[in-house]
Amino acid sequence: MFQILKAINVDWLGGRRLFILISVALMLAGLGSAIFRQVSGGQAFNLGVDFKGGTVVTARFRQMPPDETIRAALAAKGIHDAVVQPVTDRTDTVLIKVPLEEGKDGRTQVRDALNTFGAEAAPDREIEADQNAAYKIVGTDAVGAIAGEQLRNKAIAVTLAALVGILMYIAFRFEWTYGAAAVIAVFHDVLVTLGFFSIFQIEISLNVIAALLTLVGFSVNDTIVVFDRVRENRKLHRRDSLYKITNDAINETMSRTVITNGLVFLSVLALVLFGGDVLRGFSLALFIGVIFGTYSSIAIASPIMVWWEQRIEAANKQAALSFSQPVRGGVRTPAKAAGREAIAPSTGKRSTGAGRA
Amino acid sequence: MASNIHLGLDLQGGSHLVMRVQTEQYLKRVTEEAYISAQNAAKDAGHDIKDGKFETGNNNYRVILDPADASKITQIKEAIDQKVELADTTVWAYSSSGSQMVWTMTGTAQRVLADEATNQAMTIIDRRINALGVVEPTLQSHGAQSAHQILLQMPGVSDPERVKEILKVQSRLELVHVIGPPSPAPPTTYPTREAAIESLGGSIPPNRKVLPYKENKDKSDDPTKDPNAQGVTQYVVVEAPAVIIGDQLSRASAGQSQGGGVKDWEINFTLKRAGAEKFGAWTTANVNNYMGVVLNDEVSSIAFIKSPIYESGQITGDFTQTRAEDLALTLRSGALPAPIEYLEERTVGPSLGADSIRAGVRASLYGLAFVVLFMLIYYRGSGVNAVVALLLNMILMLAGLIVFGATLTLPGIAGIILTIGMAVDSNVLIFERIREEIRSGKTIPSAVEQGFQRAFITIIDTHVTTIVSSLFLFVFGTGPIRGFAVTLVIGLLVNLFSAVYVSKTIFIWLLSRKERVESLSI
Repeated sequence: MFQILKAINVDWLGGRRLFILISVALMLAGLGSAIFRQVSGGQAFNLGVDFKGGTVVTARFRQMPPDETIRAALAAKGIHDAVVQPVTDRTDTVLIKVPLEEGKDGRTQVRDALNTFGAEAAPDREIEADQNAAYKIVGTDAVGAIAGEQLRNKAIAVTLAALVGILMYIAFRFEWTYGAAAVIAVFHDVLVTLGFFSIFQIEISLNVIAALLTLVGFSVNDTIVVFDRVRENRKLHRRDSLYKITNDAINETMSRTVITNGLVFLSVLALVLFGGDVLRGFSLALFIGVIFGTYSSIAIASPIMVWWEQRIEAANKQAALSFSQPVRGGVRTPAKAAGREAIAPSTGKRSTGAGRA
Repeated sequence: MASNIHLGLDLQGGSHLVMRVQTEQYLKRVTEEAYISAQNAAKDAGHDIKDGKFETGNNNYRVILDPADASKITQIKEAIDQKVELADTTVWAYSSSGSQMVWTMTGTAQRVLADEATNQAMTIIDRRINALGVVEPTLQSHGAQSAHQILLQMPGVSDPERVKEILKVQSRLELVHVIGPPSPAPPTTYPTREAAIESLGGSIPPNRKVLPYKENKDKSDDPTKDPNAQGVTQYVVVEAPAVIIGDQLSRASAGQSQGGGVKDWEINFTLKRAGAEKFGAWTTANVNNYMGVVLNDEVSSIAFIKSPIYESGQITGDFTQTRAEDLALTLRSGALPAPIEYLEERTVGPSLGADSIRAGVRASLYGLAFVVLFMLIYYRGSGVNAVVALLLNMILMLAGLIVFGATLTLPGIAGIILTIGMAVDSNVLIFERIREEIRSGKTIPSAVEQGFQRAFITIIDTHVTTIVSSLFLFVFGTGPIRGFAVTLVIGLLVNLFSAVYVSKTIFIWLLSRKERVESLSI
């Protein structure tokens, strides 16, 4: 058999400071972009009509006029803040985004303006079939103010509810510290991804929220694979420190991580390249999410879990010294390594004589 | 295949409309009607009401009467209780403070009435859609019950403008007495609302209403004229309550009137028996008086009563054929209890849907092809095993979609792609584990056994967490996102079977064919 990765032995947790620095920097960049754009009169996020309200009309032309001409036609009918955006899949189709205007139907407004280019194809016919037609509206998304707000609140509520659900499941299967670490890592992924969306002003639609939730699932997936191995190894190697056990777990599952995430990454890449414009936001969110989901399991979830567990061990030890009774019972394997100084590998176990063998 | 799988509107084309029933308008009307009835009941019993009003808005609906003689409150209350729905204490909480009589609509009643209005609106919308001949529409309440929202999905309708117009028409028909001297004097109209109120002595008494009346003087069909600019809006004073309201209609149809022009269409209606009797009695007593046909609080025509009318009448008002037919349709289907407003409208033309299917299927196939190729190269013999499991997963997943009648949407296709990812992950977890066990010196059968056993724990955990988050998506998500959650959950459940059970069975079968297993192609 040939293998992508031979047995590796990298001290992943040793790089925790660097990782956390990178993550904080990325999150700050996203936050900075959001704040800067908001303050400088722009928009923190490029919210689509789903959340902001407004109308998107997808129009297909027989003879596609230049964007400028379409904009001018819209302006002539009193629509000034319209965005005209060609789609990447087809050269004859254009998206026209009209902001929400009280008491006006966006589709009718756009239709009025487009009629300057000629007639629209009959309702039951495609543009190709109607020789006299100049264009055809092939799709619309119109969202009113109430619906926009509802969808926005719902999106946030669903994301938070999903995170709580995951936290509870992991707490049930592992320990709550594991669950908390996994959720913090996922939260980090969501924030970093949103940061990218702010920096590059990629439009956030309902589909992007679906993608964020998918990436929540995937990121937790990765974290669980590592934690699962930690759980198993803690039973097998009771004398090793949690620090070493976690490092080993990451190393042992690395070939799986690389293969699976590589394949998922390529599937998502296929989605970005061939999935079409409608799914573009979704695919991009997943694309960024898969990268950071993989990264965060190793770089964020694992160090946090180890740090937290060690603090509890230390507290137990102290409690044990004072009351000669461990606070959390004897269930946990006491990691001998743990000291008060947080995540320090300590006790010479890091000499990794055995680990490197 | 495509005919068996229920395609979402984003793939097959169609309209998705979310509307809200403005139930506060309904509660307002209920309050106003109760107020008018109470005033009339008190007057009929010979009591003078000095002042009165009704308040609506902000979840507060109240009727307030201020009798001229405060000592008569008990008698007035009795008179009102006998005749008016204000007596219903489950709806109206009564209190009197000093000289004032106050009825407040209870919170429960507000909820119940609003829900009733929504349900009724749904029934009427359903009738109108069916009358329009929309194929396979889905009509359901949307979001929380207290939101009073209705979702209407119409596959195949990519231009819902006409449907929207028809659904929106409230179609509240009333036949009213127009106040003024009888014919041959012309009907009494006022140029402004203020002038009409002035004629009533500065304020509108409870048994009167001022309504707009748009008389169309220009009957020509000059296309250069803006149809909305025709006619001048005037105002008339009418008696409240109306003589006949729309629920007394038994039939309504469009017909051409004598003029024969494009705009000479009218709506002929017939009244039910009870309504016909009432109408007959009233018209007998009011020969030569003016009667108005009121549609949605706007007077559409005024005519004097030549002779008693019993069952049938016309609504005229310069309608085109389409408009007359649409109006007749809405009258037949009944009046909406409250106006509706559109919150969300999504339409997808069939060609756009086809584009999306093409793109989605292409992306899925590329993803699948790459994964299959990789598995075969990297895991060789066992890779075949994985590919069998993967294809089985795809087939069962599509079967699952059909069996559950689930809807495949564009995000649903993305869900399929992600299922491919999860399915491969299961195989990779198992195979990597088996390799590990082989490396640690176990025999092949025991390595396979151990590999499956160990990896199974991880697979369960990863699948359940993803299913948990998908369930949240399904429960709280909307439309297409739900489609995503459905395919993902079905895919993952199928995967627990195909990647773990089926794959393991194939391994065991392969191993059982040899007496002694020395190597495994993995």
